[in-house]
Amino acid sequence: MLILGTTSNVKLISKIFRSFNGSLQKEYGRRLLSSFYTTDPINKNEKTFDKILIANRGEIACRVIKTAKLMGIKTVAVHSTVDSSALHVKMADEAVCIGPPATRESYLNMDKILSVIKQTGSQAVHPGYGFLSENAEFVTILEREGVAFIGPSAHAISGMGDKIESKKVAKEAGVHVIPGFDGVVVDEDHCIQIARDIGYPVMIKASAGGGGKGMRIAWNDAEAREGFRLSKQEAASSFGDDRMLVEKFVDNPRHIEIQILGDKQGNVIYLNERECSIQRRNQKVIEEAPSTFIDPATRMAMGQQAVTLAKKIGYCSAGTVEFLVDSKKNFYFLEMNTRLQVEHPITEMITGVDLVHQMIRVAKGYPLNLKQSDVPLRGWAIECRVYAEDPFKNFGMPSIGRLHQYIEPTFIPNVRCDSGIEEGSEISIYYDPMICKLACHGLTRQEALNTSVEALDSYVIRGVTHNIPLLRDILTERRFVEGDINTKYLPEVYPNGFLGKQLTSLEKEHLISIAGCLWATNELRSQNFSNEKNINIMLNNNVQEWVLSIDVGGNKTACQIKLDEDGHFKSSIEGKSYRIPNAFNLASPVIKAKVDDETHIIQLISKNANGNFRIRYKGTPFTVNILTKKSENYKAHMLEKPKVDVSKVVLSPMPGVVKSVNVKAGDSVSEGQEVLVIEAMKMQNKLTATATGTVKSVNCRSGDTVEEGAVLVELE
Amino acid sequence: MLNILRSRCISQSHFLASRVQKQLRLSSSIEHTLRVRKDIDHQRELSRQGGGPKRIDSQHKKGKLTARERIDLLCDDNSFVEYDAFAEHTCTDFGMDKEKYPGDSVVTGHGLIRGRLAYIFSQDFTVFGGSLSSIHAKKICKIMDEAMTVGAPVIGLNDSGGARIQEGVESLAGYADIFLRNVMASGVVPQISLIMGPCAGGAVYSPALTDFTFMVKDSSYLFITGPDVVKSVTNEDVTFEELGGAKTHTTISGVAHKAFENDVEALLQLRDFMGFLPRSNKDPAPIMVPSDPWNRDVPGLDAVVPLESTTAYDMLDVINSVVDEREFFEIMPTSGKNIIVGFARMNGRSVGIVANQPKVAAGCLDIDSSVKGARFVRFCDSFNIPIITFVDVPGFLPGTAQEYGGIIRHGAKLLYAFAEATVPKITVITRKAYGGAYDVMSSKHLRGDKNYAWPTAEIAVMGGKGAVSILYRGKSNVEQYEEEYIRKFGNPFPAAVRGFVDDIIEPRTTRRRICEDLNVLASKSQSNPWKKHGNIPL
Repeated sequence: MLILGTTSNVKLISKIFRSFNGSLQKEYGRRLLSSFYTTDPINKNEKTFDKILIANRGEIACRVIKTAKLMGIKTVAVHSTVDSSALHVKMADEAVCIGPPATRESYLNMDKILSVIKQTGSQAVHPGYGFLSENAEFVTILEREGVAFIGPSAHAISGMGDKIESKKVAKEAGVHVIPGFDGVVVDEDHCIQIARDIGYPVMIKASAGGGGKGMRIAWNDAEAREGFRLSKQEAASSFGDDRMLVEKFVDNPRHIEIQILGDKQGNVIYLNERECSIQRRNQKVIEEAPSTFIDPATRMAMGQQAVTLAKKIGYCSAGTVEFLVDSKKNFYFLEMNTRLQVEHPITEMITGVDLVHQMIRVAKGYPLNLKQSDVPLRGWAIECRVYAEDPFKNFGMPSIGRLHQYIEPTFIPNVRCDSGIEEGSEISIYYDPMICKLACHGLTRQEALNTSVEALDSYVIRGVTHNIPLLRDILTERRFVEGDINTKYLPEVYPNGFLGKQLTSLEKEHLISIAGCLWATNELRSQNFSNEKNINIMLNNNVQEWVLSIDVGGNKTACQIKLDEDGHFKSSIEGKSYRIPNAFNLASPVIKAKVDDETHIIQLISKNANGNFRIRYKGTPFTVNILTKKSENYKAHMLEKPKVDVSKVVLSPMPGVVKSVNVKAGDSVSEGQEVLVIEAMKMQNKLTATATGTVKSVNCRSGDTVEEGAVLVELE
Repeated sequence: MLNILRSRCISQSHFLASRVQKQLRLSSSIEHTLRVRKDIDHQRELSRQGGGPKRIDSQHKKGKLTARERIDLLCDDNSFVEYDAFAEHTCTDFGMDKEKYPGDSVVTGHGLIRGRLAYIFSQDFTVFGGSLSSIHAKKICKIMDEAMTVGAPVIGLNDSGGARIQEGVESLAGYADIFLRNVMASGVVPQISLIMGPCAGGAVYSPALTDFTFMVKDSSYLFITGPDVVKSVTNEDVTFEELGGAKTHTTISGVAHKAFENDVEALLQLRDFMGFLPRSNKDPAPIMVPSDPWNRDVPGLDAVVPLESTTAYDMLDVINSVVDEREFFEIMPTSGKNIIVGFARMNGRSVGIVANQPKVAAGCLDIDSSVKGARFVRFCDSFNIPIITFVDVPGFLPGTAQEYGGIIRHGAKLLYAFAEATVPKITVITRKAYGGAYDVMSSKHLRGDKNYAWPTAEIAVMGGKGAVSILYRGKSNVEQYEEEYIRKFGNPFPAAVRGFVDDIIEPRTTRRRICEDLNVLASKSQSNPWKKHGNIPL
């Protein structure tokens, strides 16, 4: 509590809360799946740090605290003002506020963090990922101050931090790098000669290139000749610089990475691979370990190269060597991440190694207990990154809100949730919008897939838009299930963007039947008052049968729901009928609906008297409008209300902060012209004019915080 | 049936008369009977058709349902029983004797809404523009009288051009007869008005006297005088919609309590809404068999109040999280937004919620919010609906606008309403409870049954800054004093040690505590001293 103005007040409130929350801390400790960590489990007799500081927030801070607790280490959390009651703050033994929300002034503020280290007497710092985790300067200062950094040396960080430098080191270490000609290609013949040396296919690209211009792929001499000529022309006209480069083209590349672990004694082992090919905008969405594509020989070759590289730079912590792998299983070094990766849980699941435990041990100076032959590969693990974002917009645009209901599916066996939030948490615009890493383990890949689907269906997240619809759809998509993936998977499988689960006619009829039964259940209980006599029932006029019109996505279907004597609903749609047990609890956050022999896990997100039921079915939330035939007939007389004309306004597509405003009232703009920039969750989004015309008004200023759907600029 | 019996009696009594005579009589009697039956069918059919297919069509073209269609949609299937389908107006002037419609311009009767009895009148715009004749008024009065003797709500579906001018003072008398019954029924049975078309002039006072007035957007209007008269008197140019549309009355005037998109939505919502209300003042608040566990913790509530006491939050988050299934029927959601009122269920039992909204004007009490709150509290008290109050109030809004507008008098209404209420009253102070507003918001001192404070509660005469500026006027190291003041009063202890709050509770347990208390308080019995009626500062 270093900087808050009304310090005493906040302190007092925290104190009152703390007295209530004493029991909470134990509960969080239990959430860790310590049963997975069977390979080199924590040795309580091994002396370790007394107290460590976690220079991070969110799920990774919580993750580190969990292991530290199990090891008997006291933990210190740092936090910004908006994170004052965040989960990592509650879980840590001590917590210190280090500044305002902006990361530069808090989580990236080395001076503040260093003073907290001194103030709290922390002996070591775990940086998590992001923030200061790969900051060589920070590590150097810590080394000088005699504080252990739970991570690699400053030397290793700076060596691997520079892409060109790291490639050079890798090449020297005998690691495969993408072959190419470093100099300038003179002419067509020179190009062909180089291409033959590297081996086809090759990529011919302008030295100054970008945006796909001046770039050609050649699979043979003829294509190389023509590609060189065309690209050179294009480069000259586009960039005014026609210098050309040639390098190996990696076709259908997969992103596969090797987890390594080193100690200060020079031992390094690899803990198998992770496949991270499902990406959007270079951000990983789904990862799995092992990869469907890698055979034991390739695994060993990749692992050994990674180990060689790590040894060469004296790597002494957990790290990751990333490779691109082409369709013929040739692999090429991409870069090395000198930190604990986001997706480390899946490696932990298949190897049984607690990576944070190992990082702390080696930082304390212990040699690895594990030899390469001790590292198992058991079963399969899949991680889904659950984000607070709208998957229907560009595979994910940030959303914010308050999680008014939040239930993780950890009650399902072999499911692990790494999250830094809890029910009531606010997803703010300041930080990464990740809600949770959902990792599921199975003996086989199919088992892991099935568990993942069940877990996603049972995952209750209310209050923010999230990407479960997309995750759930990928996990059941044919190509993914067959393991036929690469880094272009999303645009290839969803060329028009993600449009939600596409239902088959049977799936749709199941949905309609379930919706009809939910409606009928609501209808029946709405006349069931425990302290009143119901005249309807007295008159024996109690209806058990309804003729409904059910609208899913604009298509109306007639559906008849009948409550049978045997406690089942019968749903009749176009001559077909389905049986569903009358056992719905509308208040339950997750509802199991059995249609004939198939059980669906659905969620009733909301409902209203107008018959609008929002139902999450097969991952996607569907708005289903349910009306009786009577209401439907009357509704035909209702007039369509004119919609607000949005063609003349620029709306904020998401909540965020206005970075810059490039127009003012009276300016004339042309369609597509950039009018302002909004920043949300570290992403800059350019907003463009929707039509050509004159700006009527600008309703925001640079620095304003705006909500989704806010009218920012109006045109005349 | 009666006619047939009677004709049989007649024929038998004349059995001994001559054969010819008898046959003549018989044939004419049968003819008569058949004719009467035919007439009945014919008149009933005419009554069903209201103003005829052409006018029905024109009603539909406006996106409006007919009077009968509205009733059909509002009531359970085949449950509506109509009264006075044959009633006709008695006016003979202006050629009115040649134009009569069985049932005249209103449909009345009783029906079931989700199995529960309600009396309904639905004005028929297709007959004389739904104008109010003396028989129209009599039909309405008849069902209102019966509703009061039986003890069941009255629902009015208004769609009327106003007084039947041809009938003159008869029509005015009709209005007054209805007004009187509105007043007599007030606090006896719930009265709900749904404005589904025009409602102008004297007609507006009937909805105004009822407990709730709902409107349909774009097709309903309420005003004393229309745009033409306004123009001629004050020279103001104003449209129907601006003068008395749903938006005006739900945001500016506060005359209407809620607006719905169209007829169908309005009637479906009304069906749901009726489930919150008891049949009459002699019945308890209804308890719907609950699905949502009463004793579930709501962990999200622990973090809903920001640690920084100057930061706003949405009180609807609190309400939605506490009540059954996040279902909250908000009354007046778009006016006086610094107070939230509405109905919800707790463990199935209907409750009224009153809450300050820190998100709007810091949740202060002003004229609009006081009046809005007061009227709602009085409704709940009239009809045995327990009141749950969530408090985060920095005080009354200062300023000349408020003082000149009579905030003293209007604020007193809310105070009066809470003080006089004898239904179970449960109060939860989530954060600020400052000054007189603390007293007003269902405090212990106004006979609050259960008063709780969250750990974030601050119960004091005023905030730190204000208090210090008075206590230490002119002193320099004000900040130190302010901190001392906050340490002393910026917490729930001063109120808790004096018993002004019964307990400091974990926010996550709020739902469970309230449900338990409602059970305990179900048998609460409290009455005010005998009086003819109190004198609320109107």
